[in-house]
Amino acid sequence: MYQLDRVCKVFDSRTMAVDELNLKVRRGEKLAFIGPSGAGKTTLFRMLNLTIPQTSGTLLFDGLNIARLYGRRLREVRRRIGTVYQQHNLIPRLPVVHNVLSGKLGAWPVWRAVRSLIRPTEADLAYEALRQVGIPEKLYDRTETLSGGQQQRVAIARMLVQDPEVILADEPVSSVDPALAAGIVKLLIELSEASRKTLMMNLHSVDLALAHFPRVIGLRDGKISFDVPTAEVTDEHLAALYAGNQTEAGEEVASRAERRPVRSCRPHLIS
Amino acid sequence: MQSDAPSAPADLILSARRSPYFPVVFSVLFLLTFLGSYRLAQVQPLLLVEAEGRRNIWKFVSGMFPPDLSWNFLSLLGRPILETIQISLMGTFMAVAIGFPLGLLATSSLTFKGILNERETAGSRPRALLRRGSYLLARAVLSLFRTIPEFVWAFMFVRAVGLGPFPGVLAIGISYAGMLGKVYSEILEHVNPGPLEALQATGASKLAIILYGLMPQALPNVVSYTLYRWECAVRASAILGFVGAGGIGQQLEISMRMFNFNQVFTLVAILFVMVAGVDALSARARRAILGRQRV
Amino acid sequence: MANAPLQAAAFAPPKGRGLPSTSTLMILVGFFALMIWSYVGTEFSLRGLLGGESAAQIGTYVTKLFPPDLSRDFLLKTGYWTLETFAMSFLGTLLAVLIALALVFFSSRNLMFAGPLFEMERSRPSVRAVRTGLCLSAKATLNLLRTVPHIVWALILVFAVGLGPFPGMLALGIHTGGVLGRLFGEVVENVETQPIEALQGTGASRLQILFYGILPQVLPEFVAYTLYRWEVNIREAVILGYVGAGGLGQQIQIAISLFLEHRLLTLILAIYVIVTLVDYFSAYLRGRLV
Repeated sequence: MYQLDRVCKVFDSRTMAVDELNLKVRRGEKLAFIGPSGAGKTTLFRMLNLTIPQTSGTLLFDGLNIARLYGRRLREVRRRIGTVYQQHNLIPRLPVVHNVLSGKLGAWPVWRAVRSLIRPTEADLAYEALRQVGIPEKLYDRTETLSGGQQQRVAIARMLVQDPEVILADEPVSSVDPALAAGIVKLLIELSEASRKTLMMNLHSVDLALAHFPRVIGLRDGKISFDVPTAEVTDEHLAALYAGNQTEAGEEVASRAERRPVRSCRPHLIS
Repeated sequence: MQSDAPSAPADLILSARRSPYFPVVFSVLFLLTFLGSYRLAQVQPLLLVEAEGRRNIWKFVSGMFPPDLSWNFLSLLGRPILETIQISLMGTFMAVAIGFPLGLLATSSLTFKGILNERETAGSRPRALLRRGSYLLARAVLSLFRTIPEFVWAFMFVRAVGLGPFPGVLAIGISYAGMLGKVYSEILEHVNPGPLEALQATGASKLAIILYGLMPQALPNVVSYTLYRWECAVRASAILGFVGAGGIGQQLEISMRMFNFNQVFTLVAILFVMVAGVDALSARARRAILGRQRV
Repeated sequence: MANAPLQAAAFAPPKGRGLPSTSTLMILVGFFALMIWSYVGTEFSLRGLLGGESAAQIGTYVTKLFPPDLSRDFLLKTGYWTLETFAMSFLGTLLAVLIALALVFFSSRNLMFAGPLFEMERSRPSVRAVRTGLCLSAKATLNLLRTVPHIVWALILVFAVGLGPFPGMLALGIHTGGVLGRLFGEVVENVETQPIEALQGTGASRLQILFYGILPQVLPEFVAYTLYRWEVNIREAVILGYVGAGGLGQQIQIAISLFLEHRLLTLILAIYVIVTLVDYFSAYLRGRLV
C-alpha cells in the first residue's frame, strides 16, 4: 500500500525530522509506531496522509507517486486515507452530526456541503457511524459539550463516514483517560478488521502497541530503529529506542538536541 | 512541530525597549512636533475670545433655540432619515460582499503559507508566486480602500455617477470593505488550525474547508465586528449627505448654509436619536450572537 | 461508496430539534427584507456597476484623474498642506486628551458617588446630590461633544473664527474629546477595585488613591485609545478641511469646484501617504508605550 524510499523531511533547512526512511506497508496490514517524542512519528504521518510534502525521496501510495499529485487528483487520494488525531481536531461549535458528516466532504460537491450545513443530508449515515463507536444518542449535541473520550469517538465516526482504505491514527489515545485508551485502540482495530483497511497507529504506550499489533516499528531521531513482528521485539530493541530519554521533557530535549545537521537531503530532489 | 532557533532577536527587542534614550528622544520629538503644529495650524486662541468670535458663537447658540419643530420642516425629514439608514445598510452589505473575499485572500494562512498551501506550491514555483502575489495584491487593495476617507470616495463617486444615495452607498461600500477585509483577515488568521488540517486530510476542497472549518470558528467575531461597522456606517451616511450623497446630511448642509440654526439643532437631535437607537440595536444583536449557541 | 460496516441505519436516529431553528429562519428572512428594502431605496444598480452605465461613468471619471499634477510648485504646496493637516490632527488629538482628562474623572460613577470609595461615607444627602449632579452633567457634556458630528462643530467654528486649520483643530479636539471621554470613562469604571480597597485600608485620601491606585491602571489604556483615535483623526482632519477648515481637505474642495481633476489625484495621493504614515506611527507608539 505504501512504499517509502529514502524519504527525508527537513524543516527550515535546519531540522531534519525524518532521515532517509525506508518503509513498506501492505494493504490490510496493522502496524504500530513507537518511539520517544520528537522522533518524527507525527511528521511521518503527515507525509503519509499527504498533508505535507517530503523534502526528498519517493513516496508511493498504492503505486502512485504522490509527489506529482495536485488539485483534484490530490484530493481524491486524500479521500482514501483517513486520519484520527491526538487532538481530535473537531469543530467545537458545530453539532456532532456535522462533524461526523464532514468526513464526506472529500466526496461531496460544494453545493451539497452547503445544503448539508443547513439541514444534514445524510443524518442516517452519521447515526450509524456513531452507533458503531458507541455514542449514537449524541447526534445533535454540540460537539464541545462532549467529554474528551467521546469527542475522540466522534472523530473516529468521522473517519468511518469517510470510509478510507487506510487509517492513520496519530497518538489517538494520548489525550484520553488511560482507562479508556485500550478500548479505543481495540475499537479502531475492530473497525479496520471488519473492512480490511490498513491501520497504522502512533502510540506513546509501548504496552498497548505490543499487546494489539502484529508488527511494531520503532522510530528514533527520524530513523527507523527496528521494524519487526511483535513477537521478535526484545528488551534491547526498546532500550536502544528510548536510551537517555527518562522523562517526557527529557525525551523532547534529548532527541531534539540530537538532530543531525542536514547533509544527505537536498530539498529539490523530489523524484 | 518544528522548533525555531530562539532568542537572539528577542533579546535585541528587549534591550531596545529599555533604551534610556527613548524617553528623551520621544519628548524632544513631541515638543518639536507640538511647536511646529502650533505654527502650521495657525492657532490663535485669542480669536475665540475676541469680540467678533464671541458674537458669532452667541449668534449660533441663540439661533438654535427654539429648535424648529414645525410640521413643515419635520415632514421633509421622513424620507432622508430612512434614506440614511438604507445607505448604511446597503453600504455595509456591499462592504461585506467585497471585503470578505478580499479578506480571505489577504489571510496568509489561507493563500500561501501553512499546511493548507504547502503541498500545492511545493512543486511549482509559479504557483507559489501567484499565491503570494494575490495575497500582496489583496492587502494593497484593502489598504487603498480604507486609507482614503469615505468622504473623499463619496465626492469622487458623486462626480462620477451623479447626486443621490447611490454614490453614498458606493463610498461606504468601498471604504468599509477595506476596514472589514483587514479585520476579517486578522480573525481568520487566528483560527484554530487543527480542524482545518483534519478536514484537508479527508480530501475536502479549500472551499469546503473554509465552510466547515473556518466559518463556524470565526463567525461570532466576524458578525460582531460587522455589526459594529454598521453602527459607524449610520453615522458616516449622515455626514456623506454633505457632498450630495443623500440622507439627512444633505438637509443638514442646506440648513447650515441658510443659517437656519434652529433646523440644525433639530437635525442633530434626530441624528442623536438615530445613532443611539442603532447603538442599542447593534449591542443587543452582538450580545445575542456572542452569547448564544448556534451553528 | 458504502462498505459493509456502514449502511443507512436500521433503526431511526433521535430527532434533533429541526435544524435550522425558526428564530434563525426569521432572522434570515428579516435580513433579506432589509437588503431588498435598502437596495431599492438607494437606487443601487448592480447591473450598472457590472459593466453597465455606472461602470462606464466611473471609468470615465478615473481616466480624468490621471495623470496626477506633479509640477514642482504644486507638489511643494501639497507638502505644506499635508503638514497642515497633520498639525490639525496632532493638536486636535492633544486638545481632545486634555478635554477628556478634565471631564472623565467627574463623569465616573465609581469616583463620584458609588462604589468602594464611598461606602463608609456618612450619608449626607445634599453632598451626595451635588456629586451626582456633577457626575451627570459631566457625562452629559461629554455626550454632547460626542454626538454633534465633527463636521457641524467645524462649521460652527469656521463661522466663529473664520477659515483655516485653527477651527478645524478645535472642532476635532472638541468632538474627539467627547469620544475619548466616553472611552476613558469606560476604562475608569471597569478599574480593578482590589488595589483601591487596599489603599483605602491604609488610610489614603481619595486624591491619593486616584494617583496611586487608579491612574497607573488606566493610563496605558488611555494612551492606547488616544493613539487609535489619532488614526481616525487624521482622516477626519481631511474631511473637516472640506468645509473650510484648511489643509488638504480645503484644497480638495477647491480642486473639485474648479474641475482640476489632476490636482485632485495628487491631493488624494498625499492623503494616502499621510494616513498610512500616521497609521504606522500610531501602531509603533502603541507597541512602545503600552
